[in-house]
Amino acid sequence: MEFFRIRKDIPFMRHALTFNIVSLLTFLLAVFFLFSRGLHLSVEFTGGTLIEVNYTQAADLEKIRDSLGKAGHSDFAVQNFGSSQDVLIRLPLKAEQNTAKIGEAVMQALASETSGATLRRVEFVGPQVGKELAENGALALLLVIIGIVVYLAFRFEWRFSVSAIIANLHDVIIILGFFAFFQWEFSLSVLAAVLAVLGYSVNESVVVFDRVRETFKKARGLTTPQVLDHAITSTISRTIITHGATQMMVLSMLVFGGETLHYFSLALTIGICFGIYSSVLVASPLVMWLGVSREQFVRPKKTIEGANSDGAVV
Amino acid sequence: MNRYPLWKYLTVAIALLLGLVYTLPNFFGESPAVQVSSTKATIKVDDKTRDQVASALQTAGIDTDGIFLDSHGVKVRLHNGDSQLQARDVLEKQFNPDPGDPQYVVALNLLSSSPQWLTSLHALPMYLGLDLRGGVHFLLQVDMKGALTKRLDSIGGDLRSLLRDKTVRHAGIAREGERLVIRFRDNDTRAKGRAAMEDNQSDLLLADQGEGEDLKLVATLKPEAMKRIQEFAIKQNMSTLHNRINELGVAEPVIAQQGADRIVVQLPGVQDTAKAKDLLGRTATLEIRMVDDTPGALEAAQAGQVPFGADVYVERGGRPLLVKKQVVLTGDRLTDAQPGFDNQTHEPAVHLTLDSAGSRIFKDVTRDNVGKRMAILLIEKGKGEVVTAPVIRSEISGGRVQISGRMSTMEANDTALLLRAGSLAAPMEIIEERAIGPSLGAENIKKGFQSTLWGFSAIAVFMIVYYMLFGLVSVLALAANLLFLVALLSLLQATLTLPGIAAIALTLGMAIDANVLINERIREELRNGSSPQAAIHTGYERAFGTILDSNITTLIAGIALLIFGSGPVRGFAVVHCLGILTSLFSAVVVSRALINLIHGRRRKIESLAIGQVWKPGNTGNTAAN
Repeated sequence: MEFFRIRKDIPFMRHALTFNIVSLLTFLLAVFFLFSRGLHLSVEFTGGTLIEVNYTQAADLEKIRDSLGKAGHSDFAVQNFGSSQDVLIRLPLKAEQNTAKIGEAVMQALASETSGATLRRVEFVGPQVGKELAENGALALLLVIIGIVVYLAFRFEWRFSVSAIIANLHDVIIILGFFAFFQWEFSLSVLAAVLAVLGYSVNESVVVFDRVRETFKKARGLTTPQVLDHAITSTISRTIITHGATQMMVLSMLVFGGETLHYFSLALTIGICFGIYSSVLVASPLVMWLGVSREQFVRPKKTIEGANSDGAVV
Repeated sequence: MNRYPLWKYLTVAIALLLGLVYTLPNFFGESPAVQVSSTKATIKVDDKTRDQVASALQTAGIDTDGIFLDSHGVKVRLHNGDSQLQARDVLEKQFNPDPGDPQYVVALNLLSSSPQWLTSLHALPMYLGLDLRGGVHFLLQVDMKGALTKRLDSIGGDLRSLLRDKTVRHAGIAREGERLVIRFRDNDTRAKGRAAMEDNQSDLLLADQGEGEDLKLVATLKPEAMKRIQEFAIKQNMSTLHNRINELGVAEPVIAQQGADRIVVQLPGVQDTAKAKDLLGRTATLEIRMVDDTPGALEAAQAGQVPFGADVYVERGGRPLLVKKQVVLTGDRLTDAQPGFDNQTHEPAVHLTLDSAGSRIFKDVTRDNVGKRMAILLIEKGKGEVVTAPVIRSEISGGRVQISGRMSTMEANDTALLLRAGSLAAPMEIIEERAIGPSLGAENIKKGFQSTLWGFSAIAVFMIVYYMLFGLVSVLALAANLLFLVALLSLLQATLTLPGIAAIALTLGMAIDANVLINERIREELRNGSSPQAAIHTGYERAFGTILDSNITTLIAGIALLIFGSGPVRGFAVVHCLGILTSLFSAVVVSRALINLIHGRRRKIESLAIGQVWKPGNTGNTAAN
């Protein structure tokens, strides 16, 4: 079987501007939503209490809200989690309450009004932890960016590292944009997914750049756009197949992984889809505009007079 | 050219074998067990305990699958859940005849059912996190500022008595935030005071301040002293927590330091968070009282006539002791207790350090009671236990007390621990709490397993259909990767969480990239007219550089997550990083070894089973078979 029957190099670079405008627009849109709507941060970041309760029959959310209200709680959120029998209750941090005791208080309130509730999970996060997690998340992102830029600059050229990181950070922003737009819950595991995607789609750019370098060294007389076109065309089959395979795995997590892995795999899905686009069609034009050329890869060889084409002399 | 030297084949074979051995325990599952461990540092669980367990179960007629002794205690493996509960009840009765005063923890546990030879190779099943097995997790913040001010207060008291002893007249000692301010009226006394303090208090950093009538000496703790105090505080809090958690009857509690000022407590299998929290916050007190050694009084007390102003307590060895009610000193006055050796006799001893007020009282009491015994009691939940009851040989001044005589090194250690463990060095606060029910844990395992299984199957089917034999080799390499990863996780006993399982799945999904790269390269070489053998060779050769680069960038992201991640993110990062490393080996070396084994023997092969290789301008299949 062979999906990719490409006769000639596809002229991707001819449409470079279009690709970049499209991605600029999506990027701006994502930034807009990030600022206008903000991320719906999970308890891990904001601090507060999260309680998962399982009922033997379908849970009556209104009744649960009532009983919590009567027990003196406010600003809480009650929603189904995965199935109609599972309920997730979120309570914010409150300065005056003994936050560590909230879990029991809620269970007492529920037991008095509704029957058949069993506690499945309690998560309480104090204010200092949440702040720290957010800071650490930002630091991790920074470390990834610096690490990748330095490594690529060392292995390739600064132009490659800069365009790879721009292209892939734009993925990260777009994932965040999705989470802001749909108000999906942004938790620690989503953060892990985002960073994993960053590493993964840089990997994509690396494969293309590797080809670019190789083509520059091997083929003479090609213009830079032609080299880029050739590199992208000859790696496109691998790109699609690899991403397809990874996506199969992620899809399986999305289907079988349950509620806990839902947003994690959703972030990965978005990351993989945009990763293909950006690392190939955004990074490459950026490299071109930053002025990559053959001379940067081919070390000038000392030519010895009278040598044959292999450079051999006696 | 596609032949590996023998050692390379052997390396691959050995790696696969090791992978298999260390993965194996995960397939045997776990069988119910009962674990007996001691609640108190003074009670040791040893071979004798094991024999006791065996005989108790034998008399009760409960069959076991083996009784083992390890660092956690005595573990009994049982056939099923029913006999597990029976055995627990029998052992509970045997080891804790008085339910009000438990000496041992008898807890339900699960033991790996893998055969003995695997366990002796340290091949254990993966260590499951709380989100997979159920339990409670607490993160406690130790109030270091509290520990420091407490220490400063006690130093302040020491300084007061020091200056009095040296007859240096000061105009007041006060703690202002995190420093001590000592006021003087003139320069000479200040210099004298300073000299005295420098000689006696090596922990302080002194600075002159103020002028005229209002002269000040400002004392702050040296950074190294602060560090020492903080380290001491966290160690003491941890050992206190250990003692308390023992009462919960948890089979394998985890109490670990996290960062400079935090303690993680994980209690697998515990559902009752309220009781756990109650225990974590409880305080115990230490009291020093005099022993009533009046002849005949003890016998009378045991007969029921307890003399007025005294109580009967049981000493560590089990002997009863009549102790006066009047408290000489409380644990607040005790600043440290360390095991050590007597300077002259070189016998094991426990060294106590008292603060200045405590030393003064101690000096008076010891002077008046030479030849008598004093008892050190640990009072918890209103119940007291005599830790030790030494005889006073002479007046003890200076606040440095040594308890020695008829003590083994082990006993000295235990006593010191008990003396320290009485109270928390610094207050603690719960800043994170997570409780996961056991059914949720089991469900999480199932979900994680299914995601990986179906994802893997989908990739396997696609790869084999698309790349034929080479696809099969890729899938085998991917399976080897999974094997190595699970083996490594089992070997390192890294905690596996649900995000960790997700990382296994994701890493497998990403690892196939290397094989896709290789296979695409080989096809490309074939398309360009290379011979099959040359295509394999250059395919692998060329793809390797790309694979290395792309894996390193992924690894950078993984390492950043590992450094800055906590909780679920860390679980993800550990598996992700390990997976990238194993995938490098399996995708490149293992798959190449397989290909070489299949194709390398013949000098020339007609075609490769790598699926259809399409060439522009040529509509036929050229190299498929």
